[in-house]
Amino acid sequence: MEMTYSEAVKDAIRMEMRRDTEVVMFGEDIAHHGGMMQVTKGLLEEFGDKKMIDTPISESGFIGMGIGAALRGVRPVIELMFFDFALVAMDQIQNQLAKTIYMSGGTVQLPLTIRTQGGGWKGAAAQHSQMLEALFVHVPGIKVVTASTPADAKGLLTSSIQDNSPVLFVEHKQLYGIKGEVPEGDYTVPIGKADVKRSGKDLTIFSYSYCVHMALEAAEKLAAEGIDAEVVDLRTLNPLDFDTVAESVSKTHRAMVVHDSHARCGIGADLAAQIQEKLFDELDAPVLRVCGLDSPVPFSGVLEEVMLPSVGRVVSTAKELVS
Amino acid sequence: MPKASSRPSESLSDDALKSLYRQMWTLRKFEETLLQLSKDGQLRGSLHLTEGQEACPAGACLALRKDDAITMTYRGHGYYLAKGIDLGKVLAEIIGRENGTCHGRGGKMHIFDPEIGVLGANGIVAGGVPTAVGAAFASWIKGDDSVALSAFGDGAMNQGAMHEVMNMAGLWKLPMIFFCENNLYAEMTPLDRSSGVTEVHQRAAAYGFDGVKIDGNDPLEVYDTVCAAVEKARSGGGPTLIEAMTYRTCGHYQLDPGIGSYRTKEEVQEWKDKSPIIRFGAVLKKRKICTAKDLKTIEQEAADLVAAAKEFALAGPEPKPEDVSRGVFA
Repeated sequence: MEMTYSEAVKDAIRMEMRRDTEVVMFGEDIAHHGGMMQVTKGLLEEFGDKKMIDTPISESGFIGMGIGAALRGVRPVIELMFFDFALVAMDQIQNQLAKTIYMSGGTVQLPLTIRTQGGGWKGAAAQHSQMLEALFVHVPGIKVVTASTPADAKGLLTSSIQDNSPVLFVEHKQLYGIKGEVPEGDYTVPIGKADVKRSGKDLTIFSYSYCVHMALEAAEKLAAEGIDAEVVDLRTLNPLDFDTVAESVSKTHRAMVVHDSHARCGIGADLAAQIQEKLFDELDAPVLRVCGLDSPVPFSGVLEEVMLPSVGRVVSTAKELVS
Repeated sequence: MPKASSRPSESLSDDALKSLYRQMWTLRKFEETLLQLSKDGQLRGSLHLTEGQEACPAGACLALRKDDAITMTYRGHGYYLAKGIDLGKVLAEIIGRENGTCHGRGGKMHIFDPEIGVLGANGIVAGGVPTAVGAAFASWIKGDDSVALSAFGDGAMNQGAMHEVMNMAGLWKLPMIFFCENNLYAEMTPLDRSSGVTEVHQRAAAYGFDGVKIDGNDPLEVYDTVCAAVEKARSGGGPTLIEAMTYRTCGHYQLDPGIGSYRTKEEVQEWKDKSPIIRFGAVLKKRKICTAKDLKTIEQEAADLVAAAKEFALAGPEPKPEDVSRGVFA
């Protein structure tokens, strides 16, 4: 049935809470208020206050408590109101959560999902607009998952909640209102599988999350000019589905990466490096990137438009790539 | 909270009291062995010993059930030993062997044994306290009667995560025991140069639960206090902060002489004379539970246990290089 991205996220949480009594959600304003983005509205009424728990504004504390709860038979789904707030809790996320399974020698499972949302174009400025996924891919131990469509949101969040390792599920402010067909009932999309969202032969645009839509729009404009772009939604950033990357690059021989997080040491930098290391002979041109510029996200709308990627930049970079 | 009014330690059998004495010796012998292994080049990295603080883990863990959860610090060898970890396997872990508790991936700062509720020693000061409070949170969510205890030092009281989880433990009345070994120094900096509040237990009042200060070098006082806190926690009465006064008579780590820049020889000696092992031995003698010879026998039993563990550990294989990435994910 058709639903919004926001409804699809809620559907995944609701289905998993009904299916598995160990699933518990907590975070700031998620229960009584229904979440800053209203994603969890109504779940308190269905599941009660020992399953839907409002926390104080203590990101380190409640993420750290999620670890202990997950080690003791609870399957926490934690809402982190803004991606930026992950930086408040970096010790618990990077030193504790990411390393616990490894430090234990694989003797524990840590089924914990952090749902959060990032992204700009809202005038939310430097501390409420960041996409920080690269930081969490850099440190091993957390699966990093994104979804660009409502169906993927439901399927991948369900897989994330069912996973026995920590998952960071990154949503995007610009996506909550988009609509799409979503399978009813049980539906999973496997973690670690990219998806070809548009097939093409001249170049590949790799992207994820909201920027997939930017890439698809750019691909339509390029098609009008006779350039046939393939758009690959990476979906899971860790583990990365390099097989699908390799298949596409081996077909188009030209690749670019689009994301709204910063360019330096970002997902694009890593993907370009891996493509050049492993597929150098397949390439007819250097791998190019369209990313957020290396400045904080500005408040001014004029500046934010420049700082973040745009369809125009994707189109012009694609043309440069095939020229 | 007033000091424990009932004294459950009074009903401990002679055997239980001897076992408590043996537990403290086992920790002391274990750490002496670690230090020797370090000197011999068989133990990598820094080593944080807990000489002089043995009464805290021995007394506290005696008050816990197997299914209760604990977390501890890198100075927390005593807690997982007293919780009942396999001595050989944990020693193998500390020297990085495949037959170790964590297959050599964790090492001495990161000991896990979830079967007996050991949810991790930790390399970050106060880093593991939220894990323990999360275990208490799980008990609260599921409505079971297990409790959680986190052991940490006075230095941990000045970390943000500590206060966030003390607040939540107080808010939901979680079955949690915050067990602070106040050894007067955060690494090399004395408490009165770390905080304007040197009475650590008073901080509990800010979060709406009880704090109590006790003699952390008396294992029976530790045991009685933790018993009271556990009973309160199991019956829904919420958390307790216990400030156990003790002293590290060795250095912060194996290369720190422990005297000089921050403590005088006289101060350290004064506390060595108050060693919980010596003190408790004297109690057992006075109560005619042990003769001097019995005490010596118990010490030897502890040494034998550790020697067997050492033999097991040293015979263990090194991890295979090709397995380096195993266990990043479940």
